[in-house]
Amino acid sequence: MKKRNQIINAFRIAFPNTVPIFAGFTFLGITYGIYMNSLGFNAIYPILMSLLIFAGSMEFVAANLLMGVFNPINALFLTLMINARHLFYGISMLEKYRGTGKKKWYMIFGLCDESFAINSTIDVPKNVDKGWVMFFVTMLNHLYWVLGATIGGIFGSFITFNTEGLDFVMTALFVVIFIEQWMKEKKHHGTIAGLGLSTVSLIIFGGNSFIIPAMFAILGLLTLLRKQLEKVEVKHI
Amino acid sequence: MTMNITQQIIAIAMVVVGTMLTRFLPFIVFPSDKPTPKYVQYLGKVLPSAVIGLLVIYCLKDVSFLTGSHGIPELIAVSLIAFLHIWKRNMLLSIAGGTIIYMMLVQFVF
Repeated sequence: MKKRNQIINAFRIAFPNTVPIFAGFTFLGITYGIYMNSLGFNAIYPILMSLLIFAGSMEFVAANLLMGVFNPINALFLTLMINARHLFYGISMLEKYRGTGKKKWYMIFGLCDESFAINSTIDVPKNVDKGWVMFFVTMLNHLYWVLGATIGGIFGSFITFNTEGLDFVMTALFVVIFIEQWMKEKKHHGTIAGLGLSTVSLIIFGGNSFIIPAMFAILGLLTLLRKQLEKVEVKHI
Repeated sequence: MTMNITQQIIAIAMVVVGTMLTRFLPFIVFPSDKPTPKYVQYLGKVLPSAVIGLLVIYCLKDVSFLTGSHGIPELIAVSLIAFLHIWKRNMLLSIAGGTIIYMMLVQFVF
């Protein structure tokens, strides 16, 4: 009984944090379903792909891959390039996901941008099981995405409401998390490095290929600043 | 469509494998029953704040300042989100406010 209450409490903490994702993912999922529908795919494709891949931008790319010539090696490398940023999410969550039991493997499976952004910044009261909170955040996000893709895939051709610009809800979420983080942290080195180096990389390499150079630049700078940043941290503790 | 059903399944499986590799690799290389190297622990602490910055830029990567609406709707919406959030510090209000303004701007103004 006590364990059940803990799980219910964890859900109560997790759910409100995922409401913006509910709006964003249902909408983006519907867009994805409609897109697949317009390419001539049966609804089963967006449903299964959203369930198994669960990485928004990659699924739109996968739709294009399916339209082209069969080239599995190319598909694999393209996926690795686009999703390389997940490596950083994994490294960031190594300690946070430690000791969460079997739930951990599902949470790694569902470590998309949004699950990472929420789970890496969420404040959980001491008496609530953080492992379950992070599990529900991941599961709800996954659910919203599959729900959207299913609706879009099945009913896509009937939607007439002008939704142009609604996808901005994801940008808005990341901007808010960015500001929250800025207000909470004592030193802004990491945040400025991330924002600055990504911008420089975007200007040099363009939208399609800036992520990997940006990741290397961030990794390089943070490695150089290690002594300095670790000293700062020790002082504050 | 040029692929048959088997080829489609293989192509989708490749995307699944690629995505899962990028997600599981850090946890496989640094298993939780062994102490994580100090350098990786350090990265785990400083990377999240840097990555959120990267994510913001990633979302805005297709904004063009030289053509179309010159990124003005994005600039107005992001400023409004910052203003609302510093003022009220209510996540839902900031996100909903910014998104609604953005939708109105791209649908009616630009």
